[in-house]
Amino acid sequence: MTAQTSSLPQLVDDLSTPPLSLSRLVWLRFRRHKMAVFGGILLILLVLYSFGGAFVYTEKYANFNDTSQRLLPPSLEHPFGTDSIGRDILARTIYGGQISLFIGLVAVLIETILGIIVGALAGYYGGWVDAILMRITEALLNIPTIFLLLVMAKFFGGKIPEIEFAGRSFSGSVVVIVVIIGITSWMYLARIVRAEFLSLKEREFILAARATGTSNIEIIFLHILPNTIAPIIVSSTLSVANAILAEAYISFLGLGVQEPTATWGNMLDKSAKYLDSAPWLWFFPGMLILLTTLGINFVGDGLRDALDPRSRTV
Amino acid sequence: MANSLLQVSNLRTRFHTPEGTVYAVNGISFHVNGGETVAIVGESGCGKSVSMMSLLGLVPTPPGEIYSGTAIYRQSDLLKKTEAEMEDVRGREISMIFQDPMTSLNPVLTVGRQLTESLRVHLGMTQAEAERRAVELLEQVGIPDPARRLGDYPHQFSGGMRQRVMIAMALSCTPSLLIADEPTTALDVTIQAQIVELVAQLRAALHMAIIWITHDLGVVAGMADRVLVMYAGYIVEEADVQDLYDSPSHPYTLALLAALPRVDRRRDQRLKSIPGTPPNLLVEPHGCPFAPRCEFVIEKCRHENPTLIEVDKNHSSACWVNVKTGAPR
Repeated sequence: MTAQTSSLPQLVDDLSTPPLSLSRLVWLRFRRHKMAVFGGILLILLVLYSFGGAFVYTEKYANFNDTSQRLLPPSLEHPFGTDSIGRDILARTIYGGQISLFIGLVAVLIETILGIIVGALAGYYGGWVDAILMRITEALLNIPTIFLLLVMAKFFGGKIPEIEFAGRSFSGSVVVIVVIIGITSWMYLARIVRAEFLSLKEREFILAARATGTSNIEIIFLHILPNTIAPIIVSSTLSVANAILAEAYISFLGLGVQEPTATWGNMLDKSAKYLDSAPWLWFFPGMLILLTTLGINFVGDGLRDALDPRSRTV
Repeated sequence: MANSLLQVSNLRTRFHTPEGTVYAVNGISFHVNGGETVAIVGESGCGKSVSMMSLLGLVPTPPGEIYSGTAIYRQSDLLKKTEAEMEDVRGREISMIFQDPMTSLNPVLTVGRQLTESLRVHLGMTQAEAERRAVELLEQVGIPDPARRLGDYPHQFSGGMRQRVMIAMALSCTPSLLIADEPTTALDVTIQAQIVELVAQLRAALHMAIIWITHDLGVVAGMADRVLVMYAGYIVEEADVQDLYDSPSHPYTLALLAALPRVDRRRDQRLKSIPGTPPNLLVEPHGCPFAPRCEFVIEKCRHENPTLIEVDKNHSSACWVNVKTGAPR
C-alpha cells in the first residue's frame, strides 16, 4: 500500500496536465470572444482617458468659464470646443467621465449588495420571509424607474452640502444620485439571486454542510453565494451601463448632479438648446456615454458566455 | 443500558404534503451504545434516512414534522434543542456522511476550505492549525499527497476519493457517533470494500459508535454488532448480527435473506423476491404494515399492529407469529 501511494502523485504528474482553475478557464473563453475583448479594450481606454486626462488638464481649468469664449467650435486651443459659458469641453468630458464612471460603479456596488441580501434571504429562508421580500420587490418593479428616480432626486437633492474628498470638492448631489440609482435597481438582481438560491439550497452538499454544523449565515454566504457568482457578475456588469445611462437621463432632466461638477449626463442637459447650432456640445459627451455602455455590454456578453457552466469549450 | 450513548424512544416523523400526510417514521425506539456499530437495513423509502435526519434536526419543517419522540444523547434530548444548539452537536458530537459523494461536496470550494471549516467553527483552530489537522485527516483516510490536494476542487477527485474526503470531514472533530447514510451505495464494489474497511479501522482507532444505514445485507454481516430491520417506518426486528442471520424471526427479514443472491444457488432456480409492493405511506397505518405481503399472515395481523416482542435474549421481533413454527404467539 505505501509503495503504491508514494508513487501515485508522481504518476499523476506524468499523465495529466494540471487542471485549469476557474478564473483561468473563464479568461481563456473570454479571450475567444472578439467583441468582448474589443469592449474590454474600449473600457480600458475610456478609463485612461478620464483618469489620465486629469494630468493634462486641471479641474480648475475644466470649471473655468470665460464668457467671451462661449460656444466656440472645435479648434486647436479647444479640441472639443467650448460650452455655453465658455468652458473647455475636452477638460469637462475628462472630469465628467470620472464622475460618470464612479457613479456607475458605486451605484452597482449598492445595487449588488442589496440584491444579494434580499435575494439570498428570500431564496434561502422561503416562507413568509420570501413572501414579504418578494412582494416588496414586485411593488418596486411596478413603479416606473424613471418616475422613482425623479421623485427621489427631487426629494433628496440639494439637502447634502458639497463634500471634500482627496483635495477636491464634489457636489453633494453625486452621493444622492449614486444612492438613488443603487436603491432603485436591485430588484432584477434580487430575483436572479433568489432563483439561484432556491435551486442550490436543495442540493446535497448544502445538507452535508448543515450536517457538519455550519450555521445558516455561513451556508448562505460561504457555501451558496460562491455558486451564484457567475450570474451575479454578468448582471452587475450590465448594470454599470444602466447606472451610467440612468445618471445621464436624470442629469439631462436637470435633477441629477449639479454644476459645477461635470458629468457626461449634465453636459448633455445644457446642450439641448443648441442641437443644431453647436452640435459639439452634445456630440462628445454623448459619444463617450455610447462607447462606455457599448463596451460594458460587449464585456457583459463575453462574461456571460465565459462563465456559463454548461459551456465546456476552452 | 448504562453505557447507552443514544436512546431514541417513540420517534414519529411525518410530512405534510399536498397529497396528504406521509407517515414516514412511525414510533421507532432503539439505543446505541458507545463504540458500537448498529446497522439499519430496509428497502428504499422505509424511513431509514428520515429517522436519522430527524435526530440531527435536518428534516425541513415544514413540510416535515417531528410528531413525537425523544432522543436522549448524553443526558439531553436532541429533539428539544434549538437550531443554534444543534449546530454545536452536528459535526462535533454526531456526524453524518451521505450516500452520494459526487454531490455532497460543494463544487466551487476547495477541499481544504471544506475540511478546515468545521475545525475552525467547532474547535476554534486558527487557519494554520486547521490546515495541519486537515492534512493529517486526509492522510488518515488514505489520500495520497494530502498537503497538495488541499487546494484541489472536488471535481479533481474520483468518487471513492470524495467519499474518503467526506469521511475525513465527518471525523474532523472526532465525534462520538457517526451516522453513515448508505455511504457505499454510489460506489463500485471494490471501492465499497475499501470504504467499509476504512470505516472499520477508524472506528477502532477513534472509539466511536456508528449507525450504518444500508440495504446491503452483505456489508451488515461484515461490520455491524447489532441490526435493526425497518419496514414502512417501523422497526420490525432487532437482533445481534449473528442471531439475525442464524434465526431471523420476522417474516420480512426472512424474505430479505431469502432474496439474497447466492453463489451456490442452482442456476435454474429463480432469485426469490417479495411479492407485492411496500405500503403507501400516505395512508395512516392500520394493522401490521407487512401483512399484505406476508406468507405467515393471520387474521389478527390485519387489525392490530404488533409491537417489538422479545423472542430471545437481545432479540426482538414485531410479529404475531412464531416464524419457526408458524403458530401465533
